[in-house]
Amino acid sequence: MKPIVIHGGRLLDPAAGVDAAKDLLLKDGRVAEIAATGKLKAPADAEVIDASGLVVTPGLVDIHVHLREPGQAHKESIATGTAAAAAGGFTALAAMPNTAPVNDSPEITRWMQAPERGAVVRVFPIGAATRGFKGEAINDYAALKAAGVVAVSDDGLPILKDSVMREALAAAARVGLAVIQHAEDTRMTAGGSMNAGPVAFKLGLRGMPAEAESQIVERDIKLVSELSELRPHYHVAHTSTAAAMAAIRQARRNGLRVSCEVAPHHFLMTDENVGEYNTNAKMCPPLRSAKDRDAMIEAILDGVVDCIATDHAPHAAHEKEVEFERAPNGITGLETSLGLCLEWLHYQWKMPLGRVLSLMSAQPAALLNLKGRGTLAVGSFADCVILDPNAEWVFKAADSKSKSKNTPFDGWTMRGKVRWTISEGRVAYKE
Amino acid sequence: MATPASSTARPHPRTPAAPKPPFPHHAGSAISIEQFSLVDISHVLKRADFLIHEEPLTRAKRLAKRRVALLFYESSTRTRTSFELAAKSLGIDTTLVSNLSSSIEKGESLKDTGLTLRALGAEAIILRHNCSGAPYVLEHFTNLPVLNAGDGQHEHPSQALLDLLTMLTHISPKHAKGEVELTAETLKGVTVSIVGDILHSRVARSNMLLLPKLGAEVVLSGPPELLPDVAAESAPGVVIERDFETALKRSRVVMMLRIQSERLAGLNVDLEEYKVKYQLNETRLAQFAPEAIVLHPGPIIRGLELTAEVADGPQAKILEQVHNGLPTRMALIERAFDAIDKKGASR
Ligand SMILES: [Zn+2]
Repeated sequence: MKPIVIHGGRLLDPAAGVDAAKDLLLKDGRVAEIAATGKLKAPADAEVIDASGLVVTPGLVDIHVHLREPGQAHKESIATGTAAAAAGGFTALAAMPNTAPVNDSPEITRWMQAPERGAVVRVFPIGAATRGFKGEAINDYAALKAAGVVAVSDDGLPILKDSVMREALAAAARVGLAVIQHAEDTRMTAGGSMNAGPVAFKLGLRGMPAEAESQIVERDIKLVSELSELRPHYHVAHTSTAAAMAAIRQARRNGLRVSCEVAPHHFLMTDENVGEYNTNAKMCPPLRSAKDRDAMIEAILDGVVDCIATDHAPHAAHEKEVEFERAPNGITGLETSLGLCLEWLHYQWKMPLGRVLSLMSAQPAALLNLKGRGTLAVGSFADCVILDPNAEWVFKAADSKSKSKNTPFDGWTMRGKVRWTISEGRVAYKE
Repeated sequence: MATPASSTARPHPRTPAAPKPPFPHHAGSAISIEQFSLVDISHVLKRADFLIHEEPLTRAKRLAKRRVALLFYESSTRTRTSFELAAKSLGIDTTLVSNLSSSIEKGESLKDTGLTLRALGAEAIILRHNCSGAPYVLEHFTNLPVLNAGDGQHEHPSQALLDLLTMLTHISPKHAKGEVELTAETLKGVTVSIVGDILHSRVARSNMLLLPKLGAEVVLSGPPELLPDVAAESAPGVVIERDFETALKRSRVVMMLRIQSERLAGLNVDLEEYKVKYQLNETRLAQFAPEAIVLHPGPIIRGLELTAEVADGPQAKILEQVHNGLPTRMALIERAFDAIDKKGASR
């Protein structure tokens, strides 16, 4: 692997508090040296990337993706999913365990990380919280952690039973893992295919009420506070409702270790975007009311939200080309997240660029304790993205690197274009 | 984890706009009432009146040997027969594909079934489906005009149009015959009550979109389990009146809906209590709405949503509705073929 010199760019590393013109030397997969522009002694064999006019920032981290392997490679593979990630500026992904079979063992965890999978960026498996996703018995978290999992979750399904959730929080706390909850009281959402409200009524679709999310979050926060001696880390996946966000806000005021992520579709779209039964606007949790969407925006701008996560959930075309009620939940997101976050959070809503990038790199990396990621300080992994923050472009789903094209953002205007993505010192994507 | 900053009042941020109707459709499709302007509706009424009075053998030459497929995923006697007779009256060859006769291939997607029908020569498809929104899927993948004969709990536009024809026959016959163009005030001052199981009713949803276009006031009446508050927010010109007798007093038209008992699982509805509050019986009708006409999209359950005396009484126009299905559907089918031929001509 040849060393890489990134020359002439603006280094924006929120975790290290750096925003200045700098050159970087990447060597042996790590950041070897940082110096003022032109002051770096480049090794003779180094590849030089001209980053003039561009921003050099830590590679993005998405802690919520579905890579579909093992078992559902017709939707996505680890190779295609990571290629899409690299195109979107991501260098680290936490992969949800709802594969076939579910990832509830060290063997599957290791299989996912094996070089044969062809990942072009780093994949961190999340282990199943309960055996076989049944919500009854918790897995051996110590063994999963030793094999490489970075959190536990039954994502796609909630951990519904109080006693099981309590046990999961306690056991995960003992080994230092977060429990990521897919907060959905499935007893209230059975048969539902979109947000409950006037739009669902008009379309004649059964709704999924906002309370189905908030009541699980409230129940979980209560458990976290009862277990406060263990300091469990509870993380709410794809937060979508004002009520759940209010509960999270309060829990954090009370000093509990409660964190949350929000997906771009939940701060940019509402249930109106379902339009005429657009199955590419169907996901779980569903697109919510304008009030909920506004609460997501407010919480992001206020700093209550820890990170942006896409919930990248690819599905084959034929699976989505069906009646709305029969279509599977989920949309892709890896190639649109950065362009949407820059356009809306930064340019439209005036969040400083460093804070937006931190929500997509430093903060998610810290959340799952991914050491040496989310920063470009000397010695950390050479995970970086070189982007033009001003470039305006239009996303075309057909051009996606993902195996699936199920996105509601086809034709949307984006800001910020990825020019290079470098994963552990290797170019993973080049425009 | 970042510590929350104090929340400060800020102006509401600009947010991306959601897609709004009109969405692109085949000009011959009739999937939702939203696709019909007042001009379209006037035209349908005019053609319905013309076609029903036309000499049958002349009429049968209009679309002789053209092809329509009737694709039925749910059983239906009245709607299917009505559409089939309407098509045949215009000379069309019809094919019925239904899940009951198991001619729908097991496990085949709606898209593939649609493409197969098109390859077999179908020029338009009349679809009944148990999933809301299914006609959009079929239209999207076949590019054929789709006539919605009822989709899930979404819409049943031909039923709403024949309901309108029935109402106008009694309220304003000139409009019913299409002699006078409809306006946004044609039904001004007219209150139509829709009563009962609104939640599960596609007929209610189509009428809620149609009648306010003509200036009518739509009053929905029923218990919260079958009529959630959000119903009033889902269309303009629609209000909720939980007290049936108060609703009746205002009504020129009372549309009773069948309780869809098969969908009541999990809902807390006591049928005996329902009858006490919402059954239309002779006493109620005489006391609160002696001038109103009574409609029902059928099938009726005598003794539940209305009594046999009311169903057979002089105010009930239920069989007239059935009768009006034929001209309305002839006009809708003709409209579909007009659009096909126009599309072909402009190619
Ligand atoms: Zn989930």
